Amino acid sequence: MGDPMRIRAQAKDDKTTVRVLMAHEMESGQRKDSSGKLIPAWHITDVTATLNGKPVFACEWGPAVSKNPFLQFTIKGGKAGDKVAVTWKDTKGDTRTDEATVS
Amino acid sequence: MHARSLCLAVLGTLALGAPALAQKTSTQAIEEYREMLQDGNPADLFEMKGEELWSKKRGPKNASMQQCDLGKGPGVVKGAFVELPRWFADTGKVQDLESRLVTCMSTLQGIDPKEVINGQWGKGERANVTALATWVGAQSKGMPFNLPQSHAQEREMYQVGKRLFFQRGGSHDFACASCHGEEGKRIRLQDLPRLSGNPGDGVGFAAWPAYRVSNGQMWSMQHRLNDCYRQQRFPEPTYASDATVALGVYLGVNAKGDKSAVPTIKR
Repeated sequence: MGDPMRIRAQAKDDKTTVRVLMAHEMESGQRKDSSGKLIPAWHITDVTATLNGKPVFACEWGPAVSKNPFLQFTIKGGKAGDKVAVTWKDTKGDTRTDEATVS
Repeated sequence: MHARSLCLAVLGTLALGAPALAQKTSTQAIEEYREMLQDGNPADLFEMKGEELWSKKRGPKNASMQQCDLGKGPGVVKGAFVELPRWFADTGKVQDLESRLVTCMSTLQGIDPKEVINGQWGKGERANVTALATWVGAQSKGMPFNLPQSHAQEREMYQVGKRLFFQRGGSHDFACASCHGEEGKRIRLQDLPRLSGNPGDGVGFAAWPAYRVSNGQMWSMQHRLNDCYRQQRFPEPTYASDATVALGVYLGVNAKGDKSAVPTIKR
């Protein structure tokens, strides 16, 4: 299990903006270490989000996404007090879920 | 027609001040890029880690850092960052934020300072100190720097720091002042603040710890100073040594009144 994410979700009008900061190495699999050996790929492959348990967002990520990635997306609907949960899964099969309350 | 005349006007400006404009737009573009990144500054992740480390019971003594005295009394964090480095009665020394955190980790938690001082950047206990420094620094965001200079040792450290700043040496006959001694200097596209004077809000001493986007690392002031010396082709200074603290006093006192923007985000 990785380090915690930082999730901020803000409702305005009929939309909720979610901003997520994830702690992850995001090793691309293209880099070499000091002895010239390839560092194996280790990055997030899937990101999903739910609003009050209902899936609202899903994406697949590859090696081009930066270390400690920042993700922002907008959900239709949502109001203060709703729960937004974000989950990532990486190439090692590791996964982490964090939840935030919409403000 | 209107669009065309506008286009001509733009071309006119380009022709007149092409080199100056090109330079300005690239630094401006970097400024914009930094602004965009500011919202999702991964320094927040290190801040969270630091906050956890502050209250977590750790080390041989199984204690937290919550009784650590950063200069404003045990456990007082807010405002401590903008008054460091300062003189501490218990150690009888002038200490910067990181050397003070190492002292607290040693006295409160029983963690051997050697683990930090002889450690590696971004690893083990040294990485923990950086995370703690990020969190402590963030608690004084927006506050103006006001380093104390009432103790004789604090004034002495300022003078030592000043000498180190201007001391030329190494294979390139360099000093901190070679890059940071006058206005308008830069390395590649990076503007360099004049640190022998007051650099202004959120610049120089008021900008570190910072997250480096290019390598995904969180850099403390100790790391920043260490790398400045490396770039000057000097031997690597010892972590939290008196020399690095003296430079901190010099930079910090010069930054008097400047508001802290810590933690910031850098290229």
